[in-house]
Amino acid sequence: MDSILQVTGVSKHFGGFTALSEVSVDIAPGERFGLIGPNGSGKTTLINCISGSLRNDGGSIRFEGEEISALPAYKRTRRGIARSFQIPRPFRSMSVIENLLVPYEYVAHLKESEAERQAMDILRQIGLAERAHALSNQLSQVELRKLELARAMAARPRLLISDEAMAGLSGSEVDEVLKILFDLNAQGITIIMIEHIMQAVMRFSQRVVCLDAGRIICEGAPDQIVRDPGVQRAYLGA
Amino acid sequence: MTYWIGALVVLAAALGAALSGMNEYFFYAAFVVLQFVVLATAWNILGGYAGYVNFGTAAFFAIGAYTAVVLFKWLGAPLAVQIVAAALVSGLLGFGVGMLTLRLRGIFFAIATVAVIFIMETMMVNWRYVGGATGLQLLRPDVIAPFDSYTRMLFAVMALLAVIAVSVARYVQTSWIGRGLRAIRDSEEAAECSGVPTLKLKLFACTVSGALMGAAGAPMPMYLSFIEPASSFNLSYSVSALAMPMIGGTAHWLGPIIGALLLGSIQQIVTVTISNEINVLVVGVLLVLFVVLAPDGVIGLFKRWTRYFK
Amino acid sequence: MIFSFDLLFEALIFGVLLGCFYAAVSIGLSVSFGLLDVPNVAHPAVMILGSYATYVVASYGIDPIVAGVILMPAFFVLGILIYRFYYEAFEKRGTEAGVRGLAFFFGLAFIIEVGLILAFGVDQRMAQAAYIGSSLELGEYRIPYRMLVAFGVALVLTFALTVYLSKTFTGRAIKAVAQDEPALRLMGANPVRIKQWAFGIATGVSALAGAMLIIVGPVEPALDRLYIGRTFCVVVLAGLGSMTGTLAAGLILGIAESIVLMMLGASWAPAVAFGLLLIVLGIRPQGLFGR
Repeated sequence: MDSILQVTGVSKHFGGFTALSEVSVDIAPGERFGLIGPNGSGKTTLINCISGSLRNDGGSIRFEGEEISALPAYKRTRRGIARSFQIPRPFRSMSVIENLLVPYEYVAHLKESEAERQAMDILRQIGLAERAHALSNQLSQVELRKLELARAMAARPRLLISDEAMAGLSGSEVDEVLKILFDLNAQGITIIMIEHIMQAVMRFSQRVVCLDAGRIICEGAPDQIVRDPGVQRAYLGA
Repeated sequence: MTYWIGALVVLAAALGAALSGMNEYFFYAAFVVLQFVVLATAWNILGGYAGYVNFGTAAFFAIGAYTAVVLFKWLGAPLAVQIVAAALVSGLLGFGVGMLTLRLRGIFFAIATVAVIFIMETMMVNWRYVGGATGLQLLRPDVIAPFDSYTRMLFAVMALLAVIAVSVARYVQTSWIGRGLRAIRDSEEAAECSGVPTLKLKLFACTVSGALMGAAGAPMPMYLSFIEPASSFNLSYSVSALAMPMIGGTAHWLGPIIGALLLGSIQQIVTVTISNEINVLVVGVLLVLFVVLAPDGVIGLFKRWTRYFK
Repeated sequence: MIFSFDLLFEALIFGVLLGCFYAAVSIGLSVSFGLLDVPNVAHPAVMILGSYATYVVASYGIDPIVAGVILMPAFFVLGILIYRFYYEAFEKRGTEAGVRGLAFFFGLAFIIEVGLILAFGVDQRMAQAAYIGSSLELGEYRIPYRMLVAFGVALVLTFALTVYLSKTFTGRAIKAVAQDEPALRLMGANPVRIKQWAFGIATGVSALAGAMLIIVGPVEPALDRLYIGRTFCVVVLAGLGSMTGTLAAGLILGIAESIVLMMLGASWAPAVAFGLLLIVLGIRPQGLFGR
């Protein structure tokens, strides 16, 4: 089976600092993929390189068989890669539903009425339907996280990257967001999840990769990763 | 639909005024205020909608004026041609500055626009064909009927330009382009990841903005019968074009109009009754006050008060 | 255009002196914009304010450099006030402050400029001192003493600030807050107070820079516009956050201006800084030593 995403030998430097060093990973279509690692290990940098917010310095990134490293982020989104942000970045001057209209108009090129209809569907699925016309700067933390996911969904991606969507949420809120991700995956969307909440990663992922200081130190099934001494060292220190 | 009716009414009123027996001074003053409506509206397309601050309005305006002078002197071109040419040249300038700096953070674009003022002014100062530092006197062509004076005709032309500028701004604001620009202003990174071609949209806004500023500058040499670098590149054009939308309200096309009418009138009064320097000080102080206390401008205040009384 | 190696050499010497001067007047901006990320387009205006303040104090018979030093504490306090105001009104409230922050500093610069015009008129002012007006003669080359004084003060200032930032505790805290504010918070330090202090230093330094400015040449209220180009050119060319880069960038600008002055005359020299700035922004926006 061809990978939906092939990351090969990707590196990224910031001045003298190496954030990513020869990172390679293949993601299968429809997979639930977990990405873990301590703070500063390069997880968000890797995501930024995949989504296009950053340009990788070396290596290649292929999406559905085609090289995308030279493409600007908006073109990658139009090809089917969407992401949510670790710290939510809603369009503050817009209402919840308007936030979703942006990807509908710019990715799917839908007319406003059709876009509104589909946006309401997503909002219902995600549990934000009653807040559809509320200004996005009035939402609670968990609502903002949901909006991030909803907006990524509105881009109708085939690959969705969720960047710490559950940080700071309560147990039941984590379950809510996890259920949304499971449902999306059931619809055929490949999902890469970055999380610190281990129980969420373990429940969700079919395969997990652990990054530390810009390198992959372990790859495998969730229960394998948890027992790996390298991973434990990375998280707890030597 | 109501908008277009309103626009036609405004044009008819302007034409009517121009053909009436009103005091000539009215047209001198109104021309200036209408000019600021165009400049403020143009500024707001990039500054208000997309969030990229342009300090260099004076450059785009002056280059429009100089383009008009060159076409007039070289080809004897009529005013309409001058205006179109000025819009093209200033639009190109906007595109160029945008290509160079809109990939970077907002402050670099802003500083680059200051650079454009200096560089363009230095070039005009050293160009003898347009009069260099001392400037050029211009002979107005004969007045086109039915207008009694050239100033009246310029007033009517500027009214038309104002309606065009506002119509363009309104279209940009209400169309899908407007939502994309707002997304860029609110969170450029999220916009890019939502499929918005941020650089293309910013370039579009910058080019259109520059073109309208150039168009506003084209009638200026005929208005004064004179052109020179120091007054054409005057920084107060930049400050006013920025202050008026920020005072009126940057989210809506009405904002720059309100700001231009308000600030333009205040400026006329203060300049005549007190002094030009105090006038400029007033603009600066009002800008800072509004930016700090009423960031959504007069429109924002109005919205807050109406909500308060409901 | 007369070309001779003597003229070129003299232009180079002048360029080096001028360059160090530009570095010194830009170093305040290196801190406030380069390190603290404050869009301080009013920096040159505050410096011109310093020039006029020096002029006033020096008119009591005090040497301009001494006057500048005397004014530094007052400008330090002014800097703290400005930053505090900026922080409360804009930075605290989040990223949408970008446009408004810029508009605020632009408005501030304008108010200062007009205020100076109202107080002093548009005429140029110059300081008086023993070393202004005469030159040092080295063989065939004449080096104006005032340039040497400015050069000396500039070197001392740049050196002192660089040492402060790398050797003292507060200095390193300032650099730390530029690189990793959350980490600093976790260590118990208050980033706002550190930034406030840094901005105060940057403004205090501007007072001395203003004194140097009025020694090097005549000053008028509108001069801040030209210096927006020069200071931002130096800071961007150096690379945001690089103190040592400021000296190198200043030298490059100084020499470039000096050569253009020699070859094309005074009417083209002001465009050099802005032109160089645009080139750097277009080709290598991170500058020579940028983060």
